[in-house]
Amino acid sequence: MSRTLSAPVTVAFDYTRSTGPVLGRFLTGLREKRVVGVRTSEGRVVVPPPEFDPVTHQQVDDFVEVADTGTVTSWTWVPEPVKGQPLDRPFAFALVTLDGADVPMVHALDVTSPDQVRTGMRVRIRWAEERVGAITDIACFEPTEDAAPGTAIKLGDLGDNPVTGVITPVELDYLYAASPEESSFYRAIAEGRIIGQRCPTCGKVYVPPRSACPADGTPTTDEVELSHTGTVTTFCIVNVPFLGQRITPPYVSAYVLLDGADIAFLHLILDIPAEEVRMGMRVQAVWKPREEWGTTIENISHFSPTGEPDADYDTYKQHL
Amino acid sequence: MRDVAVVGFAQRQMEEFDGSPTCVELLVPLFAECYEQTGWTRRDIGFWCSGSSDYLAGRSFSFVQAVDAIGVIPPVNESHVEMDAAWALYEAWLKIQTGEVDTALVYGFGKSSAGTLRRTLSLQLDPYTMTPLWPDTVSLAGLQARAGIDAGLWDERAMAEVANRSLTDAEKNEYAIRKGGSSVEELLARPMYADPLRKHDCAPVTDGAAAMVLAAGDRAREVCDRPAWITGFSHYVDPISMGTRDLTRAPSAARAAAAAGTEGVEVAELHAPFSHQELVLRRELGLADDVVVNPSGGALAGNPMFTSGLIRLGEAAKKVWQGDASRVLGHATSGPALQQNIVCTMEGRN
Repeated sequence: MSRTLSAPVTVAFDYTRSTGPVLGRFLTGLREKRVVGVRTSEGRVVVPPPEFDPVTHQQVDDFVEVADTGTVTSWTWVPEPVKGQPLDRPFAFALVTLDGADVPMVHALDVTSPDQVRTGMRVRIRWAEERVGAITDIACFEPTEDAAPGTAIKLGDLGDNPVTGVITPVELDYLYAASPEESSFYRAIAEGRIIGQRCPTCGKVYVPPRSACPADGTPTTDEVELSHTGTVTTFCIVNVPFLGQRITPPYVSAYVLLDGADIAFLHLILDIPAEEVRMGMRVQAVWKPREEWGTTIENISHFSPTGEPDADYDTYKQHL
Repeated sequence: MRDVAVVGFAQRQMEEFDGSPTCVELLVPLFAECYEQTGWTRRDIGFWCSGSSDYLAGRSFSFVQAVDAIGVIPPVNESHVEMDAAWALYEAWLKIQTGEVDTALVYGFGKSSAGTLRRTLSLQLDPYTMTPLWPDTVSLAGLQARAGIDAGLWDERAMAEVANRSLTDAEKNEYAIRKGGSSVEELLARPMYADPLRKHDCAPVTDGAAAMVLAAGDRAREVCDRPAWITGFSHYVDPISMGTRDLTRAPSAARAAAAAGTEGVEVAELHAPFSHQELVLRRELGLADDVVVNPSGGALAGNPMFTSGLIRLGEAAKKVWQGDASRVLGHATSGPALQQNIVCTMEGRN
């Protein structure tokens, strides 16, 4: 048996950002298969354009258009591409100075081996078939024989449908491990038991157990089996629908202080109208059928009223 | 300025930490080591500051969970940076300079192996023009290495010399996760990985944690025979764009070194996660040829994210405690291709 339990977790979020006038022009240009840069106060043409001049710190406004061909100024081989990169087979990342620009930009270069890349080689943008106004409208660079066509020209009209925002999906994959103490807790849950751990310094019992007592920093060591019955210390009525919600609102999410524990944990209170849930209410764990159990807190379907008289406020006031 | 010294340091490094990314389990024994070194308890610590990232942990507020390792009744004075803990040390040093506290414990932690580290780090780049391409850390370092090779500033042999010396020195470092030098010829005979980088040119993905104790004046003298007194501490940042800066240089490192003062430094621990970056740093910091660089083996022997920089400072401070050196330098970097740099110089006094 491994020391800890672990499971794959994917964290994903779409970042929505406004682009402003400078990056908006750059991204609008890409959508139209045009590459927009700016001329800085030093006279250098920079692509992608910085929003503010690196020397004067003024907002840039001298927009120019450069070619979709350029020269590699540095490169590196990518033998094992990671998810989301422009190509899913080995490729090169390159710094490419586009014809008409004075500094390079980073993008992928589609070649099949490092033997096919060298600093100084000529490349051309391969445009994405569907372009939305994003850096990925440049699918990648590819080798070309075309010579340099000259200098940057003043930016012309980009049309009346400017890009004003971008959505960047971010997705990260993790193998998420529980601590040894959390692992013991989930292994016990898989057997229908609830365990906590007692802090040897202050004597408090934590459930789920933590790696250290948050009050005094001492590792918790002594395992304690806990009752499946407890007291609602505080609660909220969920009225707002949200993505992934499994129960139709209104329903109650509550802190339940199990008998013998010193810290409450969050769970659902069902089998009672939401408006009748109250602080001090006595509740018990309702377990799902045994064949549905796993190493998860969801083995406990919810907590349900026991029908006992409410607990005295003094018995849980230290745990709010 | 108040005299402030490093008086405690503890670290752990490993290839893969089989535990929660909150790293409480790693931090508790590190704090215990710091208490033992100083004879203090947590109540003697005036300020706590940590360096870590939720992107590494894959969960929100992981640094709040880590506070469990301190114990916060009564409440503690605490802060956090989403940078290497060397920057947390800078905040703690400033806090002591204000006179509000006399002591601080700084820690960093990270479980790099929980995700794909080189990919996760793409999220520190420009979100409009860079992150959507997911340029991984190794690729960005490769672009930098090639730029220096093309410019004739270094070559593959010079990079292999850095790696060979680091892995040889790492044999004496019980915390190193990659160690064992061979020869420059043998290293150069190994296959390319991310051309122009071989695998030994790239720091290994490392999990770990570290903690360091700072104290002012007499509080330092009370607990340490030969405190590592901080004589200079400075950090600067270069533009994030890879196109508009000369990748073969790190002006922010040069400015930090100039502000901290590198005169008389005998030992320098440089945070160079890629072999060629040590060559960039040696030049920017203006280190003389007789300065001993990375006797610990440096980041090429172990590079726990959010901790590796603090470990460089700790390894440098240890040289002072042990009486091996009188003036030492610790450096840390953050961001892509040496974008951000911090330099801390320390000295022993008799």
